Amino acid sequence: MKLIVAMRQLPDLVEELELDSSGKDIDREYLTFVSNEWDEQALEEALLLKEATGAEVCVVALDEPDVDSTLYTALAKGADRAVKLTGIPEGWMSTHDRAAILSAWLAEQSYDLIMTGVQAADDLDGQLAAIVAARLGLPHAAVVVRVDAKDGVAVVSQELGGGTAVEAEIRLPAVLGVQTARQPPRYAPITRIRQAMNAGGLEEAPAAVTPGVRPGLRRLFPPQRSGQAEMLEGAPADVAERIIDILRSKGLIDAGA
Amino acid sequence: MGSDVLVLAEHAEGELAESTFELIGKARELASAWGGQTHVAVLGAPRAAGALGGADVVHVVDHPAVSVYSPEAYERCMLSVLEHVQPKLLLLGTTTPGMDLGAALSVLWDAPLAAYAVGLVAEGDAAVATCQIYGGKLMAEVVLESERSIATVIGGSFPPSPGRSGGAGSTCTDEPPDLGDLRTVVRGVKVPEATGVDITAADILVSVGRGIQSRDNLTLVEELAGALGVPLSASRPIIDQGWLPKAHQVGKSGQKVKPRAYLAFGISGAPEHLEGMRDAELIVACNTDAGAPIFDVAHYGTTIDLFDLLPELSARLGG
Ligand SMILES: Cc1cc2nc3c(=O)[nH]c(=O)nc-3n(C[C@H](O)[C@H](O)[C@H](O)COP(=O)(O)OP(=O)(O)OC[C@H]3O[C@@H](n4cnc5c(N)ncnc54)[C@H](O)[C@@H]3O)c2cc1C
Ligand SMILES: Nc1ncnc2c1ncn2[C@@H]1O[C@H](COP(=O)(O)O)[C@@H](O)[C@H]1O
Repeated sequence: MKLIVAMRQLPDLVEELELDSSGKDIDREYLTFVSNEWDEQALEEALLLKEATGAEVCVVALDEPDVDSTLYTALAKGADRAVKLTGIPEGWMSTHDRAAILSAWLAEQSYDLIMTGVQAADDLDGQLAAIVAARLGLPHAAVVVRVDAKDGVAVVSQELGGGTAVEAEIRLPAVLGVQTARQPPRYAPITRIRQAMNAGGLEEAPAAVTPGVRPGLRRLFPPQRSGQAEMLEGAPADVAERIIDILRSKGLIDAGA
Repeated sequence: MGSDVLVLAEHAEGELAESTFELIGKARELASAWGGQTHVAVLGAPRAAGALGGADVVHVVDHPAVSVYSPEAYERCMLSVLEHVQPKLLLLGTTTPGMDLGAALSVLWDAPLAAYAVGLVAEGDAAVATCQIYGGKLMAEVVLESERSIATVIGGSFPPSPGRSGGAGSTCTDEPPDLGDLRTVVRGVKVPEATGVDITAADILVSVGRGIQSRDNLTLVEELAGALGVPLSASRPIIDQGWLPKAHQVGKSGQKVKPRAYLAFGISGAPEHLEGMRDAELIVACNTDAGAPIFDVAHYGTTIDLFDLLPELSARLGG
């Protein structure tokens, strides 16, 4: 069985995001890029499937800032192959464009299951898994929390609201948008990542970049703060006092507490 | 060119989701601006059509393959309803079905898609969507001006349509499309295990997120919750790590809570989390990042480190 995990880089959301002069993209110059957390979940579930079935795991990513470290980390965790698709335009790219590049590459590969994160923080025009699946004519499922696969069939749990999940059988090949692996993503020791880097082994392939499909993005802007959060300033002890006062004034805790 | 708006109704065992009524209310507003009608597609729950008084036309497609949500069967049914109705705009929730179908139909029905919409207005012939991006840290204004387009809308963005009783203007039962040879077959539905703690019933919730860093550090919030005599709730990453049971998760795929006070520690306020708690009467948030979206819904906020604040709170309440 062959599994392909599509991974990608995103700006670290802990940082402040500023707009560039076009007002249609963020200023990427000083940002740190990190691996999409849901792709890491997809990779973990794929590695667990490998352990259970001996499947081969190949990770693929578009060439974006710091993607090498994500791909080498995947190799260090146990992926068999890592491929970087090069020649990508800089800046924000629609998910439809990403899907077009990935689908063109996938069309040349053999695989049973394609897995990726359920979403990415800049998916303005929909999620990758279903777009790739629709392009390739494959069945798909989003918000997947468990995958078992053998003999050309995957059994997946697809989460709906309130913790309810549908268990479905999907005839392979298929594309899954993974929400959570059945165990937290494993940790790759830095020595192993270094080993993987020294061994090289990152394959490169030119991306088939087609003219972009852009949703009619007019502008980006910071959310209007409803301005209702009153910020409590001072030392921790003072702020703790204020919070307790607030709870007390609403009758939520005893006056004496 | 079409001027109608089509909504996909979501239901669990025939019970319609609140978000469906939010979409219908918005659909009515847009359809009336364009001089069209509001259509609702109901798959697999014919009886639910009776509660869709807000719609002009309800399209019922009934077949055993769509009694429970399944992407492939739903997709085929939606393509057939879209073909029949030819709407200008299709509205879906940013839910599991919406994430599957919005993205796939945008390819298969060949229509641009605006995802994670929280605002939607008619501007002449176009629809303009305001969408959350980067975990709610920025907003994007997207103009949908094609003959056909799709928006997936975050729950709670619009007021629900009042029409819940009485049937729609008209109901038609659409013949299901060919649902033979499906590659996806539902085997069953699982509900989360009860743990004896009902976070939806609590007056106060102490809620914790990834800022807590480790399972061992949970004792800090446990102490505060213990001092207040209230349950602990959490954002999804805490549940996914296995640090708390699923029944304690607040948000889109967890519980929707409306306590009198929600105390959030180390939670960024991703859209999926806000969906579950934004209606709390009082929200107090502690997050070292002053730009965290949780402060958009909080009434009081502090950027003090939770590791400094929690012991101070517990010490004062510990008695
Ligand atoms: C389909 C789907 C469904 C989902 N359903 C849910 C759901 O039901 N519930 C849910 O919660 N999420 C859900 N999510 C996940 C959601 O997108 C976010 O990933 C999640 O809510 C983030 O949790 P968090 O805020 O705890 O973590 P983070 O986003 O990592 O935020 C941690 C925060 O802690 C702050 N922090 C760090 N250190 C400190 C400190 N010392 N003191 C104070 N603050 C600190 C940081 O500034 C940061 O803002 C869902 C996602 C998807 C795709
Ligand atoms: N240096 C490390 N050694 C072992 N586990 C780690 C290390 N760093 C992070 N983790 C684990 O990886 C998971 C995610 O951590 P974080 O990215 O810090 O939220 C948590 O379960 C951590 O305990």
